[in-house]
Amino acid sequence: MSKLIFNYIIFPGFLFTAVAGMLASWIDRKVTARVQWRVGPPLLQPLYDIIKLSGKEIIVPSEGNCFVFLVAPLVGFASIILVSTMLWLGILEKSGFSGDFIVVFYLLTMPSIMLMLGAFASANPLASLGASREMKLVMGYELPFVLAAIVPVIKSGGHITLSGIISAQSGHVFLASCSGFVAFIVSMLCMQAKLGLVPFDAPEAETEIMGGVVIEYSGIPLGIFKLTKWMMMVTLPVFLIVLFWGGMGSFWEILKYVVLLVVIVLLRNTNPRVRVDQALRFFWGPMTALSLIAVILALAGK
Amino acid sequence: MGIKTNSLLKSLWVFHFGSATCNNCDIEVLDALTPRYDLERFGIQLAGSIRHADVMLVCGFINKKVVPKFKEIYTQMPAPKLVVAIGGCACSGGMFTGSYNFFETVDKIVPVAAYIPGCPPKPEAIIAGVVKLVTALKGSK
Repeated sequence: MSKLIFNYIIFPGFLFTAVAGMLASWIDRKVTARVQWRVGPPLLQPLYDIIKLSGKEIIVPSEGNCFVFLVAPLVGFASIILVSTMLWLGILEKSGFSGDFIVVFYLLTMPSIMLMLGAFASANPLASLGASREMKLVMGYELPFVLAAIVPVIKSGGHITLSGIISAQSGHVFLASCSGFVAFIVSMLCMQAKLGLVPFDAPEAETEIMGGVVIEYSGIPLGIFKLTKWMMMVTLPVFLIVLFWGGMGSFWEILKYVVLLVVIVLLRNTNPRVRVDQALRFFWGPMTALSLIAVILALAGK
Repeated sequence: MGIKTNSLLKSLWVFHFGSATCNNCDIEVLDALTPRYDLERFGIQLAGSIRHADVMLVCGFINKKVVPKFKEIYTQMPAPKLVVAIGGCACSGGMFTGSYNFFETVDKIVPVAAYIPGCPPKPEAIIAGVVKLVTALKGSK
């Protein structure tokens, strides 16, 4: 029991993921800055942001629902910590339970759902607009993402545990196969939408709806939302590495993660924002078709 | 100086309030935030919502129509809040002093932390103003 609490709060859980998430956010901002030919923020910038936000006043909208407004960030935060703990325990200790792959899937949608709930509870028209966009986006990317994630399950011979999927890739990673590669590309693009980054950042569009879903948040709840997003920036690429790239066995395989992160950041910096209907058409059209092809190829053993 | 004040000074998120400007100050503020001047080096970012902001940049003079909205937006800002008056109009009323719809200068309505005069102030002047503001706050706390 005490080991589980340690795992949840300190090592693969909260503290570790928060620090890694801040580093990831710094890499994101620094690479963005270099792409735009400027210097960029110092290494401790994400920490300063979080400490500053923890010292700010928390304002609750008078017409909103105070309880949901304040609890929503915490629930999303707790579930992303849980995902991270399960993933890293699966990678490092090969521990887990039957079906933890499916649980991870459900928990990964929690931050988006909590973002929507918090936005609706804040009684702001722009927040509701952002939340409805977020909802459409979730509906859009979940279908191809789930289809793409079935590919490793098929290829590993029906394993629905994370450690089972990792150990099935001990000889050859799924990414090297035809179906695995297609599914990986699809899930990379779905991950971009799940992280809420450009080109799929319509829910938070700063220039049109002023932060959208988080418009009414200030102080610690805003900091928790930011931290959740940064932690997802660590957790989701690691999840994809587990599914397609054979986990992280040795220290040097952290480079896999850095490569994925830089690809995400470059995608974010070289694309314009798409409208939500374009995003939906993109995910339900070409992406779903590609992931179906990947599933058929996987069934055919390619 | 406490750790929270230190962090606040290293991550100032600015909200851009254009009350009745001729847009020149707005353009210079946006200029200061572009990659050429790179204010993100000091953690300064443009915030879309007033709830996320630490600093409110006021450009332009305050006229009678704008006053209620200006006061409302000021109260919507979360607590450690700073107001910076940018440009001659915001600092003193500029050429609109004594005009029929002129209400008051910004500092008569809300406490102002820094004045950046100019018509419009150059991005360098805005950065110098921010540096002076940060140094003053560091000295006082």
